[in-house]
Amino acid sequence: MSQNKTIVCRCEDLTLEDIRELIKKGYKSVDEIKRISRCGMGPCQGRTCRDIVLSELAKAEGKDISELKMSTFRPPVKPVKLGLIERGEE
Amino acid sequence: MKKTAEIVIIGGGVSGLATAYFLAKMGMKDIVVLEKGYIASGSTGRCGAGIRQQWGTEMNCRMAINACDFYEKGNEILEYDDDIEFKQGGYLIIATTEKEHEQFKKNVALQQSLGIPVKHLTPQEALEVVPFLNISDVLSATYCKKDGHLNPFKVCDAFAKACRKLGVEINTYTKVEDIVVENGRIKEVVTDKGNIATNKVMNAAGGYSQVIAKMVGIDLPVYSERHNILVTEPVEPFLGPMVMAFQKNLYIQQVPHGSVIMGKGDPNEPRDFTIKSSWHFLDEMARIACDTLPPLRGLRMVRQWAGLYNMSPDCQPVLGSVDEVEGFYMAIGFSGHGFMMGPTTGMVIAEHILGQESELTKLLIGMLHLSRFEKGELILEPSVV
Repeated sequence: MSQNKTIVCRCEDLTLEDIRELIKKGYKSVDEIKRISRCGMGPCQGRTCRDIVLSELAKAEGKDISELKMSTFRPPVKPVKLGLIERGEE
Repeated sequence: MKKTAEIVIIGGGVSGLATAYFLAKMGMKDIVVLEKGYIASGSTGRCGAGIRQQWGTEMNCRMAINACDFYEKGNEILEYDDDIEFKQGGYLIIATTEKEHEQFKKNVALQQSLGIPVKHLTPQEALEVVPFLNISDVLSATYCKKDGHLNPFKVCDAFAKACRKLGVEINTYTKVEDIVVENGRIKEVVTDKGNIATNKVMNAAGGYSQVIAKMVGIDLPVYSERHNILVTEPVEPFLGPMVMAFQKNLYIQQVPHGSVIMGKGDPNEPRDFTIKSSWHFLDEMARIACDTLPPLRGLRMVRQWAGLYNMSPDCQPVLGSVDEVEGFYMAIGFSGHGFMMGPTTGMVIAEHILGQESELTKLLIGMLHLSRFEKGELILEPSVV
């Protein structure tokens, strides 16, 4: 299997090729790629994909990843059933 | 970045991009859009993205009908290479108080007179639309099958691509720092990437509209307020329509992708620019959502976020030119309804600026002028969340 077919985002089945294609089209931050492709919006909350997307962006722009902005880490830390939250105070 | 422009539009959300699109389509050249983040990074990209034609005033019904007609053909009109994901699963709006129930009778009569395919349902009939709806406190419901929701990022992506094809210059990550006014006329826009000489500026800055207006010396009677949203893991389609309740102050919808998105307002929100997520919201939202649609108990929520409503004194937008500064236009203060009205906003502002006003544009510009607040001509819309 070529490297390009490597799955980057397991929640949305996005490959390295997909991500590189989006970068080529001009989406130039983790936030922009997340919003247009849902990469990082799945149940894993970006744990697998967002670092890879960031390093791909850094490579494409010839920058260090420390110079680029990561997308916001949002709650909850791990997916929680709504029913559990509903009963929270019992 | 261009040094001069016919118009500078501030805000790369749906209002600004739709206006740029219609202006370009109608023949205006040298249009520049400035966005301090990326496309749809503000209120548009954070919204619930529903569109309903079920309003309580003729004006809002007509704005929404026009926008809905546009979105139905959006992919074709904008020649989009992707999909704006318009799902017309309808809106089911439930009444849980006698007052709402009475208001819904009036709303339905008005909506039907305007050609909106809406029905007033008994609780039993509402169950036929959403079989697992908890009807224990439902007095009646209204249902319009042509209402629905879209993907706000894709909508803005579609407008942005269409704009660029028509020659519009869109500058993202460009922040407006000042607007120079001379003798009551717009002269120049100052940004962190350089200056643009122009005679026209449009304020489409969403949650930051009052900050932009201050740059030309206008003190807007609006404020911004955080509204939280949460989304669940994607599951098989089970919920057709958007379920909404004014009294309970909530909306719940399942997007075509499978996840369920829900939000609710909070009367105790501070009036500022905070968009951090709140635990309080999650707690209340989970309780009210599970009570309204019990199967939601089994769904995992994966993320919550928030965005700003730009609230006006009557919860209606401010559209058009202003008396104070020549060349300054606004489409602000949508109070949570800016996304659904987007295409209408774009059309109305473009026609107004170019002096080619249709009947709908004349009506809206006439009613939604900024001066209505001073004159005390507030527009009271009974059906808002």
